[in-house]
Amino acid sequence: MGDWKTVAVPVLSSDSKNIFQYTSEKKISPPNMNAQVLRLPLPSSKSMHSFFSAFCTEENIEQSISYLNRELTTLGFPSIYAESKGKELNLISIINCMNELLVLQHKNLRAQEEVEMQHLKLGSDMDHLQNCYAKLKEQLELSKREIVGLQERDRQLQSKNRNLHQLLKNEKDEVQKLQNIISSRATQYNHDMKRKEREYNKLKERLHQLVMNKKDKKIAMEVLNYVGRADGKRGAWRTDKTEARNEEQMYKVLLNDYEQRQKQLLLENAELKKVLQQMKKEIISLLPPQKQKPKERCEDGPVLSDLEEDIGEFNKENMWELSCETVREQLTNSIRKQWRMLKNHVEKLDNQVSRVHSGALNDKDVISREDHELETEKLELEIQQCKEMIKTQQQLLQQQLMSPCDDDTTLLLQDCYLLEERERLQEEWRLFQEQKKNFEKERRSFTEAAIRLGLERKAFEEDRGAWLKQQFLSMSTDYKHSENVTTPSAFIGTSDQDNRLVNSMSQQRKPHCKLSGPVSAESCQTSQYISQNSSNAALKKPAGDSMPNQWEESDKEETE
Amino acid sequence: MDFSELFKLSGLLGRFSPDGKCLASCVQYRLIIRDVNTLQILQLYTCLDQIQYIEWSSDSLFILCAMYKRGIVQVWSLEQPDWHCKIDEGSAGLVASCWSPDGRHILNTTEFHLRITVWSLCTKSVSYIKYPKACQQGIAFTKDGRYMAVAERRDCKDFVSLFVCSNWQLLRHFDTETQDLFGIEWAPNGCILAVWDTCLEYKILLYSLDGRLLSTYQAYEWSLGIKSIAWSPSSQFLAIGSYDEKIVYKEVEKSPSVETERFSFPPTRALASSVFSTQSKYDISQVPVSFQYIKPVADRANPKMGIGMLAFSPDNCFLATRNDNIPNAVWIWDIQKLKLFVVLEQLCAIQSFQWDPRQPRLAVCTGNSKVYLWSPAGCVSVQVPTEGDFQIVSLCWHPSGDSMALLSKDNFCVCYLEREEVK
Repeated sequence: MGDWKTVAVPVLSSDSKNIFQYTSEKKISPPNMNAQVLRLPLPSSKSMHSFFSAFCTEENIEQSISYLNRELTTLGFPSIYAESKGKELNLISIINCMNELLVLQHKNLRAQEEVEMQHLKLGSDMDHLQNCYAKLKEQLELSKREIVGLQERDRQLQSKNRNLHQLLKNEKDEVQKLQNIISSRATQYNHDMKRKEREYNKLKERLHQLVMNKKDKKIAMEVLNYVGRADGKRGAWRTDKTEARNEEQMYKVLLNDYEQRQKQLLLENAELKKVLQQMKKEIISLLPPQKQKPKERCEDGPVLSDLEEDIGEFNKENMWELSCETVREQLTNSIRKQWRMLKNHVEKLDNQVSRVHSGALNDKDVISREDHELETEKLELEIQQCKEMIKTQQQLLQQQLMSPCDDDTTLLLQDCYLLEERERLQEEWRLFQEQKKNFEKERRSFTEAAIRLGLERKAFEEDRGAWLKQQFLSMSTDYKHSENVTTPSAFIGTSDQDNRLVNSMSQQRKPHCKLSGPVSAESCQTSQYISQNSSNAALKKPAGDSMPNQWEESDKEETE
Repeated sequence: MDFSELFKLSGLLGRFSPDGKCLASCVQYRLIIRDVNTLQILQLYTCLDQIQYIEWSSDSLFILCAMYKRGIVQVWSLEQPDWHCKIDEGSAGLVASCWSPDGRHILNTTEFHLRITVWSLCTKSVSYIKYPKACQQGIAFTKDGRYMAVAERRDCKDFVSLFVCSNWQLLRHFDTETQDLFGIEWAPNGCILAVWDTCLEYKILLYSLDGRLLSTYQAYEWSLGIKSIAWSPSSQFLAIGSYDEKIVYKEVEKSPSVETERFSFPPTRALASSVFSTQSKYDISQVPVSFQYIKPVADRANPKMGIGMLAFSPDNCFLATRNDNIPNAVWIWDIQKLKLFVVLEQLCAIQSFQWDPRQPRLAVCTGNSKVYLWSPAGCVSVQVPTEGDFQIVSLCWHPSGDSMALLSKDNFCVCYLEREEVK
């Protein structure tokens, strides 16, 4: 709102100047308005005199009194005369009227103040609203200008787009035109070519006729003596039989070819089926068995049983219909299923490994430890209870012992009872000791189990790490292997050849060693075997086997 | 590696006999037969004119010498040096001459491809094949020598005739769906014939031995077409090199939309390449390597672009190619992995390369006096020890893979390679 300043307010009465003075003096110290009203600075005597003498003088006292009376009566105040007609003044009423007038004056002043304040407030509000209005107007202007700019850009882009479309259409039309031109030219050229060729043929015919007609004696063959046929047989006449035989021969050749190809394909098929079967078995062996993982039981259960059925079925059918379509489909489908399961399994293992690596606790251990702790607590409670029981029994015993003995018989009896009790107690003690020992053993075994769990967990982690490393290595060796095949193609340095010789020889000597080094054909092949689910797996092996032989041969050749 | 001394040669006519015992070479009008191991002259024959073409018969008993200018073919026997045979085509002229697979018939193509005359050395019979097609590879024999395919053209249409070589009986005659047949080639198994179209049309057709159309492959509609093809030794795959520097490696049995592998020649990327330096050594350079790329002149016919040479290794492991746009490099592809295996970059343009008939060993020559050998184990460049200039332009292997003949314009020498012991 801000400081509101009092504004000069127009005053009602005729003596505006003086009352204006009043109000102006109020501006000086706003806080104590009422006090200020009372603490009016009294004007000087002279001004007071002038003030008072302006209205009433010694001459017009009665007139001024009657005027005052009239005014006051019109305002509602009681008359200041003592009686209705008379010249005596009622002092009390005058004082009352004066008081009333003062009160009225105070009220009016307060009202005036309030009005002034409100006025100020409204003024500032209006200022504020005007400012806001101005700002919003500016913003509106800005946004309008922006809109106009964006619209302009949009229009430009659209026109560009249209131009590009047009260009594209033009280009396409041109291309179409050129193609049409090409095709029409091609037909024209063909036509021309054919015409020329016919002419040429005619010339050739003519020439041929001339050549034949001349019966050139020169066209002849001079041979010293005729040579025997290559196969030593005598020449045969060309008859229908020979023609038929030739046809037969031709078809035989074709059939032979097809049969050979079919044989090859059958062999290939059989090999591939064997490979698939083997793969299937290996995948099944890799997958987790049904017992260990209860979670996967519901998933694996029906499928594994299916697989076992499949294997059984397939082994049976293997003997009869190798190329049956349904069997083939079954086999491929089952392999696909198992491959998916294997993938899922590997992914789960990966997740587990990642969890272990990230340091999160295995849920298993936590549970088992908790169980272990619960058990130990239970055992401790039992031990305590037993101890208490023993204590109470001991107390009872002592009481019994402490109690005075009356008679011999009672003594005896008591003795007997004591004996019995003692024996019982001894037995119980023995039992308790045994139980204690058992509890101790169990506790020890539990701790050992916990230790073992920890160790196993570590071992499992290490295994995972090793397996991942191996996987990574095999992938990289695959890569390396392909690189190694290409780079030696241009090497002629002897040292490298020697290395390769040694390498290939080492490969041949250790066929069973799987991790014989980074460049190991065997491991590459096995990884190819497993990782590549392609039909070329079986075929690649012979090629791969032949490669080192070649290397060896050529190495030897160049080193000699 | 041993090198023989240089001997004279003309016309790049140096051929080993199929049994590997002799080497035939021509010097102008003389035919010299040498023993392969000692290079001693066994026989010397004199022909009537400058010899343009020689060919051994399949049993290595006879050798024919063709003289195109005079239209004469002379046949010499190795068993009986006195035996002689002369075939005169007279006014018909001679354009090409070749043996039949049994080694007892000679097929002469007369001038203007008027006809093919089949002369028999056993009988007096003569056969004619009319309307042969005037193309690069118009006659093709199967590997076992039983059948012959001849490309013909009648009435502006292409035909293929299949003959039985034993009695020249016409077995099949069928038309091909080509615009202008460019070449025919049998598959090594002798059951499939590949027929491909002119370079303006990319089309290759595969026909079976009994004349049925097995499959068609057409890569593009309006581009330039096939430049060279090569059958894999197993007859299962076909490598098609085209003018747009791509190789299509296609399995014959499958339909073309499935399983065709395209090898393109990346101009800046290579797996491992060897750069030949002046000290006659191969270096391995790191990828990426940029090659010297020649942009052919666009307004001339027969542009030097595309895959001009394709060859499979005999063990069906590698495919060696040359892109005519990058004539300094031989690209060797590993077919079993369908990847680029190695690139050999030479200093000069490659003139020819040939695989060893027994093992995956590639010999390359680039027109200088060095011969380059590559095998998967490594590669080596060998300088031929000669005095004077010896620019090797062509080479051919001995059938056993033990030696090879290096031919230049005027001379040749024989290079003996050490035999590897097979364990």
